Amino acid sequence: MKNKSLISINDFTREEHIRILELAGAFEKRPRQHILADYVVATLFFEPSTRTRLSFESAATRLGAKVIGFTDSSSSSVTKGESLRDTILTVSNYCDIIVMRHPREGSARFASEVAKVPVINAGDGANQHPTQTLLDLYSIRKTQGSLDNLNVAFVGDLKYGRTVHSLVQALCNYKTTFHLVSPLELKLPSSIKMSIKERNLEYSQSTDLLDVISKVDILYMTRIQKERFSDPLDYEKVKNAYILRNSMLADARSNLRILHPLPRVNEITTDVDDNPMAYYFTQALNGVFVRQALLASILGVVE
Amino acid sequence: MEKEILRKELKVSAIENGTVIDHIPSASVFQVIKILNLTEYQNQLLIATNLDSQKMGKKGIIKVSNKFFKSDEINKIALFAPTATLIIIKNFEVIEKKKVEVPDFAENIVKCFNPNCITNNEDVNTKFTVIDKTDLKLRCHYCEKITARKNIAFR
Repeated sequence: MKNKSLISINDFTREEHIRILELAGAFEKRPRQHILADYVVATLFFEPSTRTRLSFESAATRLGAKVIGFTDSSSSSVTKGESLRDTILTVSNYCDIIVMRHPREGSARFASEVAKVPVINAGDGANQHPTQTLLDLYSIRKTQGSLDNLNVAFVGDLKYGRTVHSLVQALCNYKTTFHLVSPLELKLPSSIKMSIKERNLEYSQSTDLLDVISKVDILYMTRIQKERFSDPLDYEKVKNAYILRNSMLADARSNLRILHPLPRVNEITTDVDDNPMAYYFTQALNGVFVRQALLASILGVVE
Repeated sequence: MEKEILRKELKVSAIENGTVIDHIPSASVFQVIKILNLTEYQNQLLIATNLDSQKMGKKGIIKVSNKFFKSDEINKIALFAPTATLIIIKNFEVIEKKKVEVPDFAENIVKCFNPNCITNNEDVNTKFTVIDKTDLKLRCHYCEKITARKNIAFR
């Protein structure tokens, strides 16, 4: 994986995904190692994303790397009208790897074609966010012991959520049974459902969260945003139907774990947080180990 | 049928040597000229559009003297004129007839339909993989969104 950019989850093979997850496991055991002491990591956040940026910077810093960059485009030369191409060409003189988030879809792929150093996509508009997908895979594998033959429910906004799209596609490599729970307005797009059908995997669609809780190993919750509905009344009708409360987990399998890409607003009530099934904050911690694994392997420090 | 085509071709003078591009949807004639870079063409170029066609209702035809296209060059027009047929003429004789074929890739011909794609916001050449040749679906190399037939626009 040395010098290979990570733009889309499909850029890495299933074997490479597993290799990253194994490496991440090693970093979980030893998160502080000064193996990147001679390296400079640039984090270019053309739009703000506190969690992803902090997670990357924490990963880089715990491995001894120096971090340079900007946290939103107002503090960069973009405000002066510089093109993305020029920014990337310039910054790639100053660093060994670029981590970037940008509001335009395809910006990360373009940057990787321009840059002299590898690029990790930390989110390009509504398109891809592969490191989120890898940390989701890591969390699933860690809590269930394997990625194969699991029942995974996706709940909430399945239409616009890019984390859902990428994770569904990634899980298609692992004989997953999918349970898709969403309001009719926010169903999984047919292009993503096509990946499930192409692999002949089982899936069910439902509008009722209670239907699936007792059947699944992973409950992947997402936030439903009001602005996704053209009619505010439609939002009012469904908004409470996709809120997970602790009382709803009584019949859940004991191995069930609840994941959420965060930030959470109200779709998981805080009384769930103390339930051992709640895994979303540990999931965020796992992001650091996965990003350590990516930085170290792309920079060629580990194999 | 053959007679029909011949008579129509005669509405536009015959060429001695070159390529006839027939059965172009009328609306696409000028796009085809652009894609093939014929706007600056120095040889004889005959263009007709809105001709009656039994097959298509209305059609366009372009006759390009002394020009024989490479297949990857001519196949670019299949994205806009999938019905087009090519007739190679030498000494006023039809040497070969063939249909255009939708290419596997399309570089800098088509616009990505996603307004938020980087190719619509920076100076970036578009690149597409043709994932469905029958229904014509193109996947953008950058934003990964699929541009379908009804959204295809010339760049």
